[in-house]
Amino acid sequence: MTGCSDSCGPDHAGGCAVGDPALAELQSSGLDRREFVCIVAGCAAVLAGGCSDLTHTQYVRDRFRELTDDEQKEIVARIEKEQTARLGKELKVGVEKARPGVEFGYALDLSRCIGCRRCVYACVKENNQSRDPQIHWIRVLEMEKEKGIDFAHANPYYDAEQVPRPGHFYLPVACQQCENPSCVKSCPVGATWKEPDGIVVIDYDWCIGCRCCVSACPYGARHFNWAEPNVPTEEVNPDTHYLGNRPRMKGVVEKCTFCIQRVRNGKYPACVEVCPVGARKFGDLRDPNSEVRYVLEHKRVFVLKTELNTQPKFFYFFGL
Amino acid sequence: MKYPFLLSSALGLALVCACHQEEHRSWLADAAGAEAPVSLPDPELEVPPPPFTEGAFPCSDCHDPSVPPNTRRREMKLAHTEIKLHHDEEHRWCLDCHSVEDRDKLHLANGTLVEFSESYKLCGQCHGDKYRDWKAGVHGRRSGNWDGHKKYLLCVHCHNSHAPKFQPLKPLPPPTRPAPRTSP
Repeated sequence: MTGCSDSCGPDHAGGCAVGDPALAELQSSGLDRREFVCIVAGCAAVLAGGCSDLTHTQYVRDRFRELTDDEQKEIVARIEKEQTARLGKELKVGVEKARPGVEFGYALDLSRCIGCRRCVYACVKENNQSRDPQIHWIRVLEMEKEKGIDFAHANPYYDAEQVPRPGHFYLPVACQQCENPSCVKSCPVGATWKEPDGIVVIDYDWCIGCRCCVSACPYGARHFNWAEPNVPTEEVNPDTHYLGNRPRMKGVVEKCTFCIQRVRNGKYPACVEVCPVGARKFGDLRDPNSEVRYVLEHKRVFVLKTELNTQPKFFYFFGL
Repeated sequence: MKYPFLLSSALGLALVCACHQEEHRSWLADAAGAEAPVSLPDPELEVPPPPFTEGAFPCSDCHDPSVPPNTRRREMKLAHTEIKLHHDEEHRWCLDCHSVEDRDKLHLANGTLVEFSESYKLCGQCHGDKYRDWKAGVHGRRSGNWDGHKKYLLCVHCHNSHAPKFQPLKPLPPPTRPAPRTSP
């Protein structure tokens, strides 16, 4: 056994038995905790299964954001291989990083939204949300014009022949991508964090399913996979991101990521493109010529639950 | 050719001259004896072609320029009966927007001719606030990239110009309600 460096791959996991005197020697020779655990886990894997194509990253690794590019690639390659075999169709898992100097913001025109739910289903399709049990990242609330914005009496289950229904307005809610996210603070294992471009993401492989974040989020934007997610193979969107719409597993939390797999490649989120009334606006808050900046500078803008100091980057406005 | 040097110098001008194109064009139009100036396209605003009804364009296929037009405001009984004007119909009719001089064009209030592909200029005359927001990408749908090339839609892709109020839609199905709590 020739030691286990950060770049160790499948080849490191062979040869050493637990209790090996060489191990004690390595430990005393200044290995840090991670390298040590790496060796032990690798050996344990070999002892347990004798399976040669397991890698240490499957058992022991750091949080995704703390991994080197090579380690991330290794993990992603494994997931791509597994999912492609499971689905019988090629699946790409991206790891595009945040662009420097970019901070995403979103604006939604409440005087335009007609509550047609096109965004809800475009999101489900784009982001591989489970069909049954059903998970919707966007929830459209119907409210009465007389009462104004009143969450206590809002109705997400409205159905009608035609919308907008007279006397009602519609307020879609998804993750508000807070600058000061309470969900992130509540996670006991650091499986969720705010990326440099402002997107709050989840590492599904790190999530322990405790659902602290679900109860900490004041917007109901986080959703738990109570059962194995179910997406028909022909409907799976194969363009995914590790931190976004890659297939999830039972027992993890998921949420809107502004379509991280699209926006980090310059595209608009799926909900923005599908909205038939053009109520949804997206762009870079630091770019003075972006649509969101225009909205912030020219329209009457508000955020939900200001009093909680979550500082959302999802703005609602009245375009009329 | 009588004055070949004139042609070559004009060509040279056209090659080097990028400014004052509007003036140049209106000068040419004046020289040709045309009455209405023509609006120039805006290269920054890329829009798809206008959504014409099949067979409706060019209008001059039916509206023969050699037949003198009837410019009296009246109800249409022979053709265009399917058009029900709900767009300030008390005060407007066909020829307030459609040009009678060039049947394949629209015209602004000042008489400037506008192509159908630039109809936003016509709409923007009255709906200036929407026009301003639309140019900023805030009114209406936009496609393309948030960090680069963006495409617009014409006003008439979402609003029927003769009845512009946005039509209601059938909503997609509501979410399923959570299963009722079962007692242990």
